[in-house]
Amino acid sequence: DGEMVSLQVNSGTKGLPNNAEVRFLGEAMQVTFSGSILGRVFDGAGVPIDRGPDLSHDPAIPIGGPSANPMKRVLASRMIRTDVPMIDVFNCLVESQKIPIFSVSGEPYNPFLARIGIQADADVVVFGGLGLIFDDYAFFRKQFEDAGVFPRTVMFVNQASDPVVERLLVPDMALAVAEKFAVEEGKRVLVLLTDMTAFADALKEVSIAMERVPANRGYPGDLYSQLARRYEKACDFRGSGSVTILSVTTMPGNDVTHPVPDNTGYITEGQFYLHSGVLDPFGSLSRLKQHVIGKVTREDHGQIMNTMIRFYSGAREAEQKQSMAFELSDYDLQLLRFGTLFRERFMNIEVSMPLETALDLCWQTLAECFQPEQLLMKQ
Amino acid sequence: APLGDAPLVKNEVIYIIPHGPERLGRPREYLKAEVLRVRGTSAEAQVFESTQGVRIGDKVIQSGEMLSAMLGPGLLSGVFDGMQTPLADVAASHGFFLPRGVLVPALDTRRKWAFTPTVASGDVVRAGDTLGTVPEGRFAHRIMVPFGFRGSFTVERVREGAFTIEEVVATLRDARGERHDLTLMQRWPVRRSIPEALTRAGQSERLYPSEPLITTIRLIDTFFPIARGGTGCIPGPFGAGKTVLQSLISRFSAVDIVIVVACGERAGEVVETITEFPSQPDPSGDGTLMDRTVLVCNTSSMPVAAREASIYTGITLGEYYRQMGFDVLLIADSTSRWAQAMRETSGRLEEIPGEEAFPAYLDSAIKGIYERAGVFRTAHGDTGSLTVMGTVSPAGGNFEEPVTQSTLGTVKTFLGLSYDRAYKRFYPAVDPLLSWSRYRPQLADWYTREAGADWGERVDEMVELLRRGDEIARMMQVTGEDGVTTEDFVTQQKALFLDMVYLQQDAFDDVDASAPLPRQKETFDLVYQVAAQEFEFADKAAVRAFFTRLTGQF
Ligand SMILES: Nc1ncnc2c1ncn2[C@@H]1O[C@H](COP(=O)(O)OP(=O)(O)O)[C@@H](O)[C@H]1O
Ligand SMILES: [Mg+2]
Ligand SMILES: [Mg+2]
Ligand SMILES: [Mg+2]
Ligand SMILES: [Mg+2]
Ligand SMILES: [Mg+2]
Repeated sequence: DGEMVSLQVNSGTKGLPNNAEVRFLGEAMQVTFSGSILGRVFDGAGVPIDRGPDLSHDPAIPIGGPSANPMKRVLASRMIRTDVPMIDVFNCLVESQKIPIFSVSGEPYNPFLARIGIQADADVVVFGGLGLIFDDYAFFRKQFEDAGVFPRTVMFVNQASDPVVERLLVPDMALAVAEKFAVEEGKRVLVLLTDMTAFADALKEVSIAMERVPANRGYPGDLYSQLARRYEKACDFRGSGSVTILSVTTMPGNDVTHPVPDNTGYITEGQFYLHSGVLDPFGSLSRLKQHVIGKVTREDHGQIMNTMIRFYSGAREAEQKQSMAFELSDYDLQLLRFGTLFRERFMNIEVSMPLETALDLCWQTLAECFQPEQLLMKQ
Repeated sequence: APLGDAPLVKNEVIYIIPHGPERLGRPREYLKAEVLRVRGTSAEAQVFESTQGVRIGDKVIQSGEMLSAMLGPGLLSGVFDGMQTPLADVAASHGFFLPRGVLVPALDTRRKWAFTPTVASGDVVRAGDTLGTVPEGRFAHRIMVPFGFRGSFTVERVREGAFTIEEVVATLRDARGERHDLTLMQRWPVRRSIPEALTRAGQSERLYPSEPLITTIRLIDTFFPIARGGTGCIPGPFGAGKTVLQSLISRFSAVDIVIVVACGERAGEVVETITEFPSQPDPSGDGTLMDRTVLVCNTSSMPVAAREASIYTGITLGEYYRQMGFDVLLIADSTSRWAQAMRETSGRLEEIPGEEAFPAYLDSAIKGIYERAGVFRTAHGDTGSLTVMGTVSPAGGNFEEPVTQSTLGTVKTFLGLSYDRAYKRFYPAVDPLLSWSRYRPQLADWYTREAGADWGERVDEMVELLRRGDEIARMMQVTGEDGVTTEDFVTQQKALFLDMVYLQQDAFDDVDASAPLPRQKETFDLVYQVAAQEFEFADKAAVRAFFTRLTGQF
């Protein structure tokens, strides 16, 4: 503004005198990128917090770079197996996809995210923690170490007690590093971010401090663009690697129309809906699944998926009838049995099995509950 | 403040040249910006790219021109950003990412086009008149006297042969004897409508739309038609199917040219279009879809100010082809993102915010966009049309918000997607009890002629059946099936049957994805017969079994 500049102090302004010295470095924020960042943990300022060797002389790259040219992207076409049947069978995760887990506080979304990080077939895992309490940070780290994926993992962790402004930098650092691995080394990178609602809340805090007019429940009018700038880093680069983003978005008050999940849903390629400890096949959607189902997966995948969903939807209606004490037909009873098996065998997030095993189990479950002519499946 | 004597002009395009890159031996960057507000000797400009590293003292160049599009042959099958930068050229020279501040002309300046004049020296022409044509794919692309020219001109010289878009093909002399050299290309300020000046000069005339745009989507063509040259909107919560529906419309509609404006949404969806269109046949049977399509793509992570401009760029291209007499369809996904871009700019200018912090002029801006649709008689006596359809992404899926409300107050076809129908996978998830088309009376004559005198009446009956079916279904939710009479149950089953076999259409089924009008009429006749028929059933189980079997036959 003419002769004046506004500054954002990362560590907060508590105790800052009005004659404090200001030094301009003449460059934008950067993050270390070299072969030695694998197996390391950094904070939101990009400083190692794992007491490992100093990396300040390693090369650094700018964060928040320009977006990919759509002409250099390729159509999503490769499945990422997670061995979670609710994902692999019903809503496949596809390379270059950006997809959040919609959940609420108290649900086991972090253990679930850690499990996918461990089970997913990716070359590099980049983890971004936003406002994590210490125990959650320690949990993720231990899980990655125990499972042996730590040597191909980079962690950026902003803890709950760390400055809010640094929270805003975590996705940018994680994604800059991920993009570099993908573009320069042809790696298939999986980025895990938890919790992006904390990112949006940090944006809100900073934007109110800057006296900007809020648009919706205090969030800035550019919330959509800010989130999209990060999520759109998910990309399959023509002739090179890819970045896939799996994040957690907690829904304040379990309200999917709250500005954070709402804007997120408009940006991402579907969502996994985790509540009551299970992945719900109805709130969940993978917008990219049609690119892989039956094309890179088994031929019967599409049909079996649709049939299972149709019967589960019927089961829910039958349960409703039952709860309202309406009369139940024989068919309703079949559906009820199917519903129970479905939840047990597939929806439980602890269940882990390869896609093919899961598809076979689908056939078996159908056979246990229905007559062939009831399936209404094309031969 | 300007250094030279050029005045500061509102809406003028300027370029800011940050003085960082040369120091590092990198090429200069030209950051394109538009002057939005002039106060005395200083101006506030909206920069269309990242402003990182811009500092006080950086050089500024004034272009003397409003934000303009380059109009000429070679637009078709192009992929441009919101500023009309050709993305393939940028990829060829800059690799994976979109650098800022590079100047690349929208149209290929080396390619030669075969120009056949339709005027001869001595002829008198006015703005919009055709000078000749060049073949652009299967289209005869008319080269017209620049739309901004006023008065009459005499053709002094015109050349036939192969030319680049920069070579002079004709020279005109105005009333004062001044000469004007013309090329195959002209520029037009995107925020102004092309036919406005032409209409005032009597070179064009706006007509009342009276024919439908056949989309081959049953629910639209039969129940909620959109006129050729009309306007429509598709609001819906995320995941309800806006993009898939628009993509179907862009593939199968009976038009000459399609402009796709990917405005602030996913880049992956643009990649789908770029990947699939070149291998899919055009519905006319001639060439591929890509041959008739222009993509203007300013996706969500690309600069926000350019996103705001992208719709105007797209509409201007649409108007240009309409002026040649073509039927053009423009689809924009999503107009909410465009409105949000406007909101971001308005916030930065510290304008007084309106509802949900949108600027107070939101409503007039939306009307301004859709009013550029229409059917026009062109200078050469042909007619052309521009149909505009936009998706709306209401915050929280709530249609009460400002962008949806202003849009509903403007357009004449409303295809409202509902979460409930998408949840049940009833695609397209257009809610038939919520949606409307104000074109139905306007198109009645056409439908009477093409589909029979009682068409409209029978459609009304089917809408009534859906309404009745919905009432009964609600009642059954409270009372159970036993709470309604068998007769009512039959009505509900008929409505469901109509829904399942007629309203629903699977976008991913090779045959069902597109239903040409003759096939729609046949299916409608069958469905109507079932709906109108009286049935006798023993009990509700028999009713259900019958309709399940019937549905299975389609
Ligand atoms: N007409 C349709 N036929 C079949 N599936 C559809 C249809 N419309 C939408 N879908 C499904 O819904 C998903 C979301 O649709 P999309 O158009 O991307 O939603 P929106 O643009 O409203 O967010 C698609 O990926 C597809 O799986
Ligand atoms: Mg690749
Ligand atoms: Mg899609
Ligand atoms: Mg969409
Ligand atoms: Mg015509
Ligand atoms: Mg909003």
